[in-house]
Amino acid sequence: MANLRDHMGRPIVAVTGIGVVTSLGVGKADNWAALTSGKSGIHPITRFPVDHLNTRISGMVDFLPSSSKGASPLTYELAETAAQEAVSEAGLDSGDFGGPLFLASPPVELDWADRFSLYNSDKKDGGSERLLRVARAVKELDIFETTQFGSIADRLADRFGTRGLPITLSTACASGATAIQLGVEAIRRGECDKALSIGADGSATAEALIRFSLLSALSTHNDIPEKASKPFSKDRDGFVLAEGSGALVLESLEAALARGATVLGIMRGCGEKADDFHRTRSKPDGSPAIAAVRAALADAGLGEDEIDYVNAHGTSTPENDKMEHLSLSTVFGERIGSMPISSNKSMIGHTLSAAGAVEAAFSLMTMRESVIPPTINYDNPDPAIVLDVVPNKKRNAEVGTVLSNSFGFGGQNTCLVMAREPV
Amino acid sequence: MSSHDVVITGIGLVSSLGEGPDAHWQKLTRLGVEPVLDATRFAPYTIHPLPEIDWNLQIAKRGDQRQMETWQRLGTYVAGLALDDAGIKGNDELCATMDMVVAAGGGERDEAVDSAILAASESRNDRDVLLNEKLTTELRPTLFLAQLSNLLAGNISIVHKVTGSSRTFMGEEGAGVSAVETAAARIRSGQSTHVLVGGAFQTEHSDMLLGYELAGYLHRGPWKPVWQRQGSEGGGVVTGSGGAFLVLEQREHAQSRGRKVYAELGPVISGRARRRRGELDAEIAMLLKQAALPAGELLTISGASGAHAATAAEKAALDANPALAVRAFSTLTGHMKEAQFPFAVALAALAVDRKAGYPAFDATVERQFEGAAETVLATAIGYHQFEGLGLIKAA
Repeated sequence: MANLRDHMGRPIVAVTGIGVVTSLGVGKADNWAALTSGKSGIHPITRFPVDHLNTRISGMVDFLPSSSKGASPLTYELAETAAQEAVSEAGLDSGDFGGPLFLASPPVELDWADRFSLYNSDKKDGGSERLLRVARAVKELDIFETTQFGSIADRLADRFGTRGLPITLSTACASGATAIQLGVEAIRRGECDKALSIGADGSATAEALIRFSLLSALSTHNDIPEKASKPFSKDRDGFVLAEGSGALVLESLEAALARGATVLGIMRGCGEKADDFHRTRSKPDGSPAIAAVRAALADAGLGEDEIDYVNAHGTSTPENDKMEHLSLSTVFGERIGSMPISSNKSMIGHTLSAAGAVEAAFSLMTMRESVIPPTINYDNPDPAIVLDVVPNKKRNAEVGTVLSNSFGFGGQNTCLVMAREPV
Repeated sequence: MSSHDVVITGIGLVSSLGEGPDAHWQKLTRLGVEPVLDATRFAPYTIHPLPEIDWNLQIAKRGDQRQMETWQRLGTYVAGLALDDAGIKGNDELCATMDMVVAAGGGERDEAVDSAILAASESRNDRDVLLNEKLTTELRPTLFLAQLSNLLAGNISIVHKVTGSSRTFMGEEGAGVSAVETAAARIRSGQSTHVLVGGAFQTEHSDMLLGYELAGYLHRGPWKPVWQRQGSEGGGVVTGSGGAFLVLEQREHAQSRGRKVYAELGPVISGRARRRRGELDAEIAMLLKQAALPAGELLTISGASGAHAATAAEKAALDANPALAVRAFSTLTGHMKEAQFPFAVALAALAVDRKAGYPAFDATVERQFEGAAETVLATAIGYHQFEGLGLIKAA
């Protein structure tokens, strides 16, 4: 009989279903095959014209029916696709899930295509007055719902039969990890015995790209797209904007075992700490990220020497990779030089609100498959960052525990600790 | 009573009526208080505008103020009021261990840039190229940060040093309900000792009105109280700028630092009716049943928006229980979206603390209440989706 409570007496939380979509494809099988063969999903932008843009590459998901329909429809489809895979794998009824939904998704805005079409539907007056007047006359519920922050989760709740008021959240680039954390916490508090946590982001619009570009956050290495995302390299110059989704079915170990479900991994611990230094930069001493890693380890009941592998935030921005190295080397000490640490973003780019969930999915697969996906494009190591980044080629290794980092604008730091086995 | 009970030790409020719990109590308990309205700026819509605010009082650095637009400034300001009220502001240790759940929408877009793009779109077919051309050259780079939903929480961390944890929930009124519900659950389970929770809404921007009006939700024509907008022109919602933040605290934690307690936060219950299937009436009735209302007259602070269908359903459900004496505060403040539920809880806690109710905000519909307000019900039935309510009790 497995132990069903953790070191703090809380229900152990198991993962019984995993789903994922990235620019590498739909589903775990395609993604894993590509990821472990070091394939990049970064490609030239074709969704909109790239005139005037400094960055003309991305990891957009261009192969779904909603890919050209705007951020809200695509985010919904990404979420639904990943959730369907996860719920099916868990062997649960995909129309009557019966637990709460936690959705990490991008903030919504009226799409420019809709703005243009509403505005140009007549010629009276102008500016916002015209938009408002036209809007109240047409009452397009589909367009309206793309501007409501709760509507994607509302549709998902209908689709999967989740229980109660679904929570839509944003902790910027840590959102996916926060969605998982909320699910873990709800199960630990005994509010439910299962939860559906999803991170989905289909918001790579021209305006989103321009906004990040104006903050100098994006790589401009346009010429060879698959080479642009190069975490921990000396010549890294920004992240690559991307889309994707990850979904986990979380279940108390007790409930999972009772119904004979296959346990795919364990959510051991979650930790977070907010940074009060600056809107986009981290405190120079890395203390908030350090505190988040330590909080996750403490929550998991694991020591620094008990983490086998780190799934890095590893965005490929000069700032993130430097600070992540500082934080990890502070927590793990000398051991850091010999711990495998790789960045999925080298291949899939930065999936923003989805990243924490996508990377948790890949972390769980790393343990199950005993294969560590590489950090590709590691041709020119940053001498100031001495890490074993699993350069360029996958590595076979027994991995029993993973730390997955997520750091975001607004001082958001969230870390997850996952394990292959319950104890 | 348990040491892990959730108590309210800090309240920050801003609305068109003024700022702070005392100002709101005084205004709202005055007979015949008139709403502050602006019917011209966004005609044909009426709004309840922000009062005059000296941002310096809560956001000391001009540099910080410049990094925000009004929505984030407002939220950061109201959060500061709540922290001040709870005696936590400036206490590094309490701030560094304080958790935070913010209910947020998005910040303000640059209306001038948008209007210029729309105007140019009339004479151009290559609208996608137009967009790139204008946005790359005319957007202020840091405006993005003023628009990001989670950057209200980010600014609260920077300005007030609240850094235990930071989570932002999105989804109109429902986000406010979930934020309070989650914060309370953390305290009850021993995960948190003190949590800052709340939200703000800045309606004085055309996009914020557009967010309602794409489905025709806004009331037009002469202003009327919330309960009297059925059948009027438009959809029934009159918006207001404002915000509400609460400091929720574990009872033991509040006692150990000798803080005044406004009230205890009892059960918070949330729901999602499938409204297209006509489930809203039954859902509200079920939430009321789950709340296990105490016997006798019960003051009810309703967050009703005025939206025709949702407000009619709420009124029917509340009217079905003759013990409820309802006060719909949006009559006087306007609808504040994500802040609606935290605002309702704050007004309920004030009544519990002062051991008295509010006079009717709309005497033609709302009946008298003379009780001591030992327990008060707070509701937020979303104008479009999601529902929640909570019970606030004498501590």
